[in-house]
This record gives sequence, structure tokens and C-alpha cells, in this order.
Amino acid sequence: MIELSNVHKSFGKVEVLKGITASVEKGEVVCIIGPSGSGKSTILRCINGLESYDSGDISVEGARVDRNAPSIVSIRTQVSMVFQRFNLFPHRTALENVIEGPVYVKKEPHAEALERGRALLARVGLAEKADVRPPQLSGGQQQRVAIARALAMQPKAILFDEPTSALDPELVGDVLSVMRKLADDGMTMVVVTHEMAFAKDVADRVLFIDGGVIVEQGPAKSVLNQPQHARTQDFLRRVLHPL
Amino acid sequence: MQAFWRDTVEFLPILMSGVALTIIVTIGSLLLSTALGLIWALMRVSGIGVLTGFSAGLINVIRGIPIIVLLFYLYFVMPEFGVTLSALQAAILGLGIAYSAYQAENFRAGIEAIDKGQIEAAQAIGMSWWQTMRRVVLPQAVKIVLPPYGNVMIMMLKDSSQASTITVAELALQGKLIASSTFKNTSVFTLVALMYLTMSIPLILLVRHFEKRAGQK
Repeated sequence: MIELSNVHKSFGKVEVLKGITASVEKGEVVCIIGPSGSGKSTILRCINGLESYDSGDISVEGARVDRNAPSIVSIRTQVSMVFQRFNLFPHRTALENVIEGPVYVKKEPHAEALERGRALLARVGLAEKADVRPPQLSGGQQQRVAIARALAMQPKAILFDEPTSALDPELVGDVLSVMRKLADDGMTMVVVTHEMAFAKDVADRVLFIDGGVIVEQGPAKSVLNQPQHARTQDFLRRVLHPL
Repeated sequence: MQAFWRDTVEFLPILMSGVALTIIVTIGSLLLSTALGLIWALMRVSGIGVLTGFSAGLINVIRGIPIIVLLFYLYFVMPEFGVTLSALQAAILGLGIAYSAYQAENFRAGIEAIDKGQIEAAQAIGMSWWQTMRRVVLPQAVKIVLPPYGNVMIMMLKDSSQASTITVAELALQGKLIASSTFKNTSVFTLVALMYLTMSIPLILLVRHFEKRAGQK
């Protein structure tokens, strides 16, 4: 449902994506791993039009992604995004954050959105925090609200941009288990992550990206357990055995 | 001292009519400068080259002209182009335009202080530029903008006295008229100063309240 074909993207003179071709099927969980600065996040940001790309093609369910075209709004309502730093709206309660998109973008009736919003907060284990503002929540709770906000759009896929990298280690588990439940429910997910255990357990496929190209990809277990490429082997060794 | 109290009782009613006009000029130009300032600021951050350039140029032109000259222009020059304004209209318009430049810069600073992640989160749920501004950026920017906004209110209250130069009989002009007909300069101008101060104090307290609130997260 998400197709990337020969996507190039430069920031000034630095080319961060050097011809990315990949696809994500419906219901698939794809993890993107790789060193910092390799272009992982940029791929996600291009898919929902937060960044433009210079050449190549990205499409979501056949619709070309162009951040300057009116069609971008419909693509963004189909492909939600969860950010590393949560980016919840601090002046609104958890529940208001969740219903913001349904009510003001999708024009759903308020009462309906509220009911579904509460159900979504319950689904991420935060029913009792509905009326609390984000600054009063822990990082892990904020990220779970952000996931509920993404789900509220009833998206066909969710992009996760290092969703646990800004969390205290003891809060990572709560967020990952919510994500695992989503995957079990059949949500299409693209996850940029450094959580190798999550990738191994939950992902169907893993892409290893370095220097703006896909160095290696395949079923999660085979890429993570028997990496073929020297750069993948080196990266995994450093991540799994830092000492 | 007794003479001062006698003068106070005598002049206060006349000066109060000036206070009414001072308040009208201040509130009128405050509203106008806020509306215009917000428009200039939104144009400035719109990311559309023409609007950004227009707004930046306009702000510089407005900032570069003294308020008093702007008032003279509106009141004495515009009639030659067939636009005749009453003194009060010209005063509100002139002060409103003059202050819109400072309001715009203040608003822009507030808007640009909002974390870029907020804008991205709004875009990611499909919000348009205007929705992002109205639902996400501006409500958060208000908190940042309010303390300097309060200071602008105080400055406008005092600068409303410039309207006296185009015959608006506000507090300063009433004072000057009484003083020149009674020669009781000390009593009259002490009273005028105290009355401006009295009007400023609630605004000063308001600014302090805004600052405290902005300090809390």
C-alpha cells in the first residue's frame, strides 16, 4: 500500500536519500534500522509529506505523495505519524489531543469523536488520564496518547519515528507493548527504531539503511540473526553488544 | 495643599471628560493595532514570498515614521485626497497603524517561538495552514505574547496624549486648556500626571499577572 521508487532527497548539498526503493504491504510491520543520520526518519517524513523529495516516486494506495498538492491532506489522514518527541498539543487535554483530528479535520460529530477518543485512550491504557494535559504525563504516557491520537484518524497505516528514543528506559516497555498489540490487530506499521528486540519479535520485515541506501532487507529474523552484509553485521554487533 | 484640593474639585469634572476620550482613543487604537498586527504577523510567517516581503516592508515604513507625523498626515493631508476624518477617527487610525508594527513584531516572535514539532504534528493529522495557526500555534503563542502586549497597552495609554496635537480633547489637551486659561500649571499638570498614573496601575498589575502566568508551564 506504500510504494517508494528510486527516491532521492538532499538537504542543501548533502544527499540523504540516494535512491530508496521499497514497498509496504497492507497489514505488514516493517522496521527500519540503521545508524543515526542514515536517512531513516527522512523516509518516514517523505511518506506523509512533512518533507518534499527531489526525485523518484512515493505513493500511498496508488495516490502520489506531493506535499504541495491538495491531495496531501487525504494521504495524511490515511497515514498517521507518531513522533520521537510525542509533539502532543500541550494546551489541550489528552482526550482533546485525540479528538482534534477527527473533529477539526475529518469533521466527525463531536459526541461520536469523544466516545471513540475515550475508547482509544482506554485501549492504550490511559482511560483515567483523559482530562489531564500532556505536561502532567510521563513520557511513556504522552507517547501512548500520541498513538491514540494517530489511531483516532482511523488510518490505514501508522509511521513511527523512533517512538521510544526519548523515553526513560523503564517506560519503553509500555509503549512497545501498545505497538505490539496494534501489530497483532493487523495495523500496517512502518517503525524507525533502535529496539532490536521489538524488531525481531514484531516486525515482518526489516530494512537496514546506511548512507541513504537500503543496504539489506528481508524477513526480520533472518536480517537480524544472519545479516549478510558486512555493514549490517557491524551495525548489529555495535547495537547488541556495545561493550 | 488646600489650594490643590480646591483646584482638584474644580477641575476634575473637566479633566474626567478628557479621561473618557483618552480611554476611547486607547481602546480603539489597541483593537485596531492588534487586528492589523496579527494580519502583518501572519503574512510574515505565511511562507509566501510576496506576503512576507510586503509585510516586512510595511512594518519598516510604519516604524520609520513618528506617530505625530502619521497623525498630521491622516488629519491634515488626507482631506486633500478627499478623505476627511474626524479628529477622533484620525487619532485612532494613526495610533492603531503606528502600533500595529510593534504588535506585529511581538506576535511574530511569539509564533516563531512555538516548537516546530507542534506544527508538524498538526500537519500530520491533515490540518491546513490556517487550522494549524488557529488551533495549535496561536493559542500557545498567546501566553508568550501577553507580557509584552501588556507593555504595549501601557505605552498606548500614554501615547494617546499625542492625539491632542490634532485637537482631540483628551486628558492632556484638557489639562493644557485649563492650565492656559487659569495659569494653575502646578495643580493642573500634577492632576493630569496622577490621572495617567491611576489608569496605568491596573495595566501594570495586569502585566505582572501575565508574566507570572507565562513563567509557569
